[in-house]
Amino acid sequence: MAKQTIIPFGPQHPVLPEPIHLDLVLEDEVVVEAIPNIGFIHRGLELLCKKKPFQDMVFVAERICGICSFIHGVGFCQGVEKIMNLEVPKRAELLRVFWGELSRVHSHLLWLGLAADAIGFESLFMHVWRVRERVLKIFEETTGGRVIFSACQVGGTRKNIDNDTLRRIAKELDEIETDYKELADVFIQDYTVRHRWSDIGILSEENAHKLGAVGPTLRASGIAQDMRMLRYGGYVDVDFEPIVETACDCYARCMVRVREVFQSFDLMRQAIDKIPDGEIAAKVNGFPEGEFFSRVEQPRGEVVYYIRGDGTNFLDRFRIRTPTFANIHPLLAMIGGCALADAPAIILSIDPCISCTER
Amino acid sequence: MSYEEQEIVNIEKEELLPKVKVLMNDGYRLVQIGCTKMADHLQVDYSFDKDYKFYDLRIKLPLTNLELPSISAICLPAFLYENEIHDLFGVNVTNISIDFKGKFYRLEKDAPFMQDDK
Repeated sequence: MAKQTIIPFGPQHPVLPEPIHLDLVLEDEVVVEAIPNIGFIHRGLELLCKKKPFQDMVFVAERICGICSFIHGVGFCQGVEKIMNLEVPKRAELLRVFWGELSRVHSHLLWLGLAADAIGFESLFMHVWRVRERVLKIFEETTGGRVIFSACQVGGTRKNIDNDTLRRIAKELDEIETDYKELADVFIQDYTVRHRWSDIGILSEENAHKLGAVGPTLRASGIAQDMRMLRYGGYVDVDFEPIVETACDCYARCMVRVREVFQSFDLMRQAIDKIPDGEIAAKVNGFPEGEFFSRVEQPRGEVVYYIRGDGTNFLDRFRIRTPTFANIHPLLAMIGGCALADAPAIILSIDPCISCTER
Repeated sequence: MSYEEQEIVNIEKEELLPKVKVLMNDGYRLVQIGCTKMADHLQVDYSFDKDYKFYDLRIKLPLTNLELPSISAICLPAFLYENEIHDLFGVNVTNISIDFKGKFYRLEKDAPFMQDDK
């Protein structure tokens, strides 16, 4: 039997935007097992629901993570709205779709840049983040924030975008998409990128389902599952199908994200075309009494919020299960049998968001 | 605004393993395991999904006996959630496939989510 060595990966590592620790058990240069170790940034945010009024908890939800911030707010608000039987105005629902899909573009561009940097393609990383900067400018113009927007509230949205601005943004999105297409072609066609990521980090369709993978990690293994198909909120008014790849490797996960950016541009255009005039928030009377598991699709996958209220101003329970938490076990399966040099690329391929994982 | 239908089924602790086995064989996937502290019991939810159909098994554990069998032998990803509910709620989950023995999260206090500070 070959001699086994344990190499610590993280919590600090150049490819990791946030701390996670894996003990990589090696035989020569092959990883035979990975043992996860998390908990470096657990903040106990869920407990704050007992101290903060339920309408203020959306600000806590948004701060679970900076990249997935807006959709965390949507998921929380949606859960409370269901419990309280609130009818969110259509304009607010489609504004949520717009900002949600723009968040998805932002998140995927961030990941594409980090992925390019991880394989040493620094010019591609800089160009992708240059395009991302244009997205952040739209966020700043429409919400006042680049990362955490505080645009969502129970009953609707806190901010509005007037129709002229929406039309102008639609034109700007066309320009950003043209700019992005040049970079997407590099991810799709460049030999270095394909060679570096193909045939590593294989997660079979069977394992992806059995191990509970979600999001692009799941869809890259050929399973067409996307929580937006629940048609929550404004998604009932837009047309799309889940983006699926079948190669089950890191390159497939990259391609799902590359194509989802295009899909998000299309969804934003649809939302802008269909957005009606009207109010942006329903009046909230009373307190939530009841429970609901609110499920939405983050850029990384399915996120579940269990919200329970007892008729007071403070929630009984606010429990979040984030997509990276679900993708940890599939990651352990992917990494078994890989070369040590491929471990950073494989770990990055699930787009880990540890702030979300640990809350 | 439309919301999905969600089925929540109350079960006893002894029914957990057989029910989970049936669900996994039927093609369901584990969505999450979570706890909620109630006045006189701990509510433990095992949530599953198949083709966007949400199905939840709910167990009410007495506060004097917080023990559950692990489902990680049947449902592999469960070990993460079971370690989490052990650390945050003090639930003793027996025979977890990978047991962090209380070191999953780096906590100053044991079972911080069981403290009643509303």
